[in-house]
Amino acid sequence: MKKGVMRPGHVQIRVLDMGEAVKHYTDLLGLIETDRDDQGRVYLKAWSEVDKFSVVLREADEPGCDFMGFKVVDEAALNQLEKDLVDYGVEVEQVPAEELKDCGRRVRFTVPSGHAFELYADKKYTGKWGVSSVNPEAWPRGLQGMKAVRFDHCLFYGPELAAVYDIFVNVLGFYLAEQVLDPEGTRVAQFLTVSMKEHDVAFIHHEEKGKFHHASFFLDTWEAVLRSADLISMTDTSIDIGPTRHGLTHGQTIYFFDPSGNRNEVFCGGDYHYPDHKPITWKAEDLGKAIFYHDRVLNERFLTVLT
Amino acid sequence: MAEFQVFNRTTGDHFICQEGQSVLKAMEQLGMKCVPVGCRGGGCGFCKIRVLEGDFECGKMSKVHAPPEAVEKGEVLACRIYPLTDLTIECVLLPEAALAKQTTTKALR
Repeated sequence: MKKGVMRPGHVQIRVLDMGEAVKHYTDLLGLIETDRDDQGRVYLKAWSEVDKFSVVLREADEPGCDFMGFKVVDEAALNQLEKDLVDYGVEVEQVPAEELKDCGRRVRFTVPSGHAFELYADKKYTGKWGVSSVNPEAWPRGLQGMKAVRFDHCLFYGPELAAVYDIFVNVLGFYLAEQVLDPEGTRVAQFLTVSMKEHDVAFIHHEEKGKFHHASFFLDTWEAVLRSADLISMTDTSIDIGPTRHGLTHGQTIYFFDPSGNRNEVFCGGDYHYPDHKPITWKAEDLGKAIFYHDRVLNERFLTVLT
Repeated sequence: MAEFQVFNRTTGDHFICQEGQSVLKAMEQLGMKCVPVGCRGGGCGFCKIRVLEGDFECGKMSKVHAPPEAVEKGEVLACRIYPLTDLTIECVLLPEAALAKQTTTKALR
């Protein structure tokens, strides 16, 4: 049951070299730089997003993901969700307003897979980039590279998926849209949604805690995915796999890496989800087809190359 | 432009690396697979090698996979080292071992 969590709001990604990273996320992905702070972090957004930022880059000596944040509908929902987390036994940390510029207070917690998440209700509303909110044109001119439409979801690797499921589904009001079950019936992958999208966050079982598989950005069309593949070659960017289609979610996709080795995805299409939809199940023994629908074989990197 | 010879003692392979080119990139351009390829960005640790002989420059690498004490011993990521002389290397992660993971879903459990 929905409890006021609305959508993915931001992700903070650690990068080894800020200059290279900003060039990648702006020139290639087509995000727009919106601010920097006195910690040296760089704030970015995709053009169709209405809030000030969705991607925060932080220079560090180890790449990966610091946290992913979800926006909730209002302060009352934030207070209730915070109480529900505490009642459930989840330790929460208060991050004061303005720790991220122009973002309200955040409630941060770490789930048993080792990943940190945040809930927040307020962020500066700047509107879609380059288009008016009155009689808007179809798209803004002046976008770079892949012209990413929005930050869409993250996939994380870690243990204790059942405990993570309990927090996301029973406390935060997410729905299980798709899953991978092993022959014993243990869930080894879970795709969770709080919207009509087939996933807003996903987890795959992995022994090591807290690993980051990818941050994903939405594109409108398969043509845009193919054009992204062209840009990946033109810029000699490290490619992982694609363009291809996923079995899970049926999205059309390409995976590549940022200059610090964090995996990115751009994708289009994919199934939709309503709360009355029952979970889709993929069998672990057919995992190749579940992940890469055309090749039907996993590339070794998908399961092992993480930050 | 200078060229350097890289010898992989684990697999017995030789390949040429151009000045300013990373060892992993040189290997990939020649279609060879004697070092496992991961993110190519110094982040995932998949292409970790040990440099037994020769000098090189290092780009930025994840501290987790290439901590300073390991780098001192020549344990580095092939995607982030640029030879200054001929190099003799060996694999830390066996390329065959990496391939074996591809054929099973055990890594998921």
